Amino acid sequence: MSVFVWVETTAGAVLSSSWEALGAAQSIADALGVDTTAIVFGENSAAIAADAGNFGAASAIICDDETMRDYRLEAYAALLSNLVDKHKPAAVVAVATSRGRELLASAAADSESGLIAEVIDLRVEDGSIIGTRPAYAGKVLMEMSSHTPTTFITLRGRAFPPPLANAAANPSVELVPPPILDAELEIQIEDLSAELGAINLADAAIIVSGGRGMANNPAAAPADLSGEDANIWRAKEGFAKTLQPLADLLGAAIGASRAAVDAGYIPYEHQVGQTGKVVTPDLYIACGISGAIQHQAGMRGSKIVVAINKDAEAPIFKLARYGIVGDLYDVVPALTVALKARLS
Amino acid sequence: MHVVTFTRSTPDTATRVWVNEDGAVTWGDVATVVNPWDEYSLEESIVQAKLGNGESTVIAIGPALHDDALKHSMAMGIQNALRVEEADTDTNDSLVWSALAAGAIRKLEDVDLVIFGKESVDVATDQHTYQLARRLGWTMLSYVSRIIEADYAAGTIKVEKMLEQGKQIVSARLPAVISVMKGINEPRYPNFLGIRKAAKARIPVWSAADLGIDLPSAATSARRYFNPPARDIRTEMIAGENVDTKAATLVDRLFEEKVL
Repeated sequence: MSVFVWVETTAGAVLSSSWEALGAAQSIADALGVDTTAIVFGENSAAIAADAGNFGAASAIICDDETMRDYRLEAYAALLSNLVDKHKPAAVVAVATSRGRELLASAAADSESGLIAEVIDLRVEDGSIIGTRPAYAGKVLMEMSSHTPTTFITLRGRAFPPPLANAAANPSVELVPPPILDAELEIQIEDLSAELGAINLADAAIIVSGGRGMANNPAAAPADLSGEDANIWRAKEGFAKTLQPLADLLGAAIGASRAAVDAGYIPYEHQVGQTGKVVTPDLYIACGISGAIQHQAGMRGSKIVVAINKDAEAPIFKLARYGIVGDLYDVVPALTVALKARLS
Repeated sequence: MHVVTFTRSTPDTATRVWVNEDGAVTWGDVATVVNPWDEYSLEESIVQAKLGNGESTVIAIGPALHDDALKHSMAMGIQNALRVEEADTDTNDSLVWSALAAGAIRKLEDVDLVIFGKESVDVATDQHTYQLARRLGWTMLSYVSRIIEADYAAGTIKVEKMLEQGKQIVSARLPAVISVMKGINEPRYPNFLGIRKAAKARIPVWSAADLGIDLPSAATSARRYFNPPARDIRTEMIAGENVDTKAATLVDRLFEEKVL
């Protein structure tokens, strides 16, 4: 018996928050008196298994077969379910990324096991695992437990600290063959266009975010644009020329409010909020965002919030540790200059 | 050709939700809305049924509270609605939910495509969507931002998926379960005729026995609900002679907080 951790990889590289999952799994394993086992599929599995050992995994199960090279839900779920069936782990833990969510839910259904999703806190009480998770868009919290021999758990990214590495560890590694898949479930991946260099919002330690106020850019729009088209141009220009330099300096991801997305200022991928992404950075800099409850649902877990807004009454200031009342097009460039001076 | 979508009634995004003295989740007497993510799946179901020259059905699993969401769906233009209810079962448990949902899909017999919204905001998860696909043994395509091509006669679908790493184009065979993102379409508002038709509609209610399934027992339980601890945020409004001094002060503070 052990606690499984699915170590998520893309093209042979580990998703760094997977190590947070390993740390959280270790805490459950310790309480239950068992070890952790890293589950690694795809390219570079053996090297990643060794890394998992350094972060505390006692063993690893890997499959680096050609058919497991690209993540495919049906193939990964089939193999994970085989392993759960064979080893009967006390728990299976992964980060609640888009892949982690679907993979664990699918394997949980295969073994009729309970799944506790988007967990922000974990403990073991009288031998059973209890996860704390948000419900109703984070407006309330709940404690959930599962009654099945194996409990599946997905963790909200950045909710658990990564474990300390110990390079002396040497996990035992088992190589397993790929699953045999029903041909009806074969999918064809035709194209993957990654946004090169873009920083993933869910993983970001710092987020610089823009709202409706982005349209107040004093830059002159091209003469052939008027009305809303001119606003869109000014806002886009503001994201690229005012927020992006600050984000680049901080290694931050760019976020946005629903108002900015709906107005066409920035693609939906950047939306933070109830119908966008839920983020938990160390630092969230809200520029020209009023802070509607919809937006708060996505960012209230941020450690430090800085609000920059012309309207001193904007609700965002209630969530902010630091506030500056002013035009973001004055404040953000000044902040970028001050940071540059401080960092040099 | 038959498209099925699932929905539920949830509190509106702007509604205050809290845990009362009895430990129950409440939003007072504020009316519920259709789960916000489902606006997109309902619209897409109407569009796909029309493209495929077929019919559309919306299903809710759970108590009569969800009839409001079903009526809203019909008012938008979904043709059929039905609800599955089984007394004394926790339909918030995703294994129970997906067993009932799979039973309903099997009873309908001719379903080609199931379309979900990204997640349900009340239970704050999407696990039931994947578990339905698993129980049916159908391909799951999640986070779909665009249906590029759906050929219902040939039984194929090609979609664009939105992942953390970027966009991916995937093709698969039908039947399939997909979940769609905001941005895939512009959800329509119900019109007067639709609202009148929905108001008159009688929504059939099916039980587990009607579906001919053995219901699994709930694998999870909610031990307790509680209000998030009030965060004691002291807001410091940064003062200064001009924007440069304010910016410099803010940078100092952020270094003191060790977030830079």
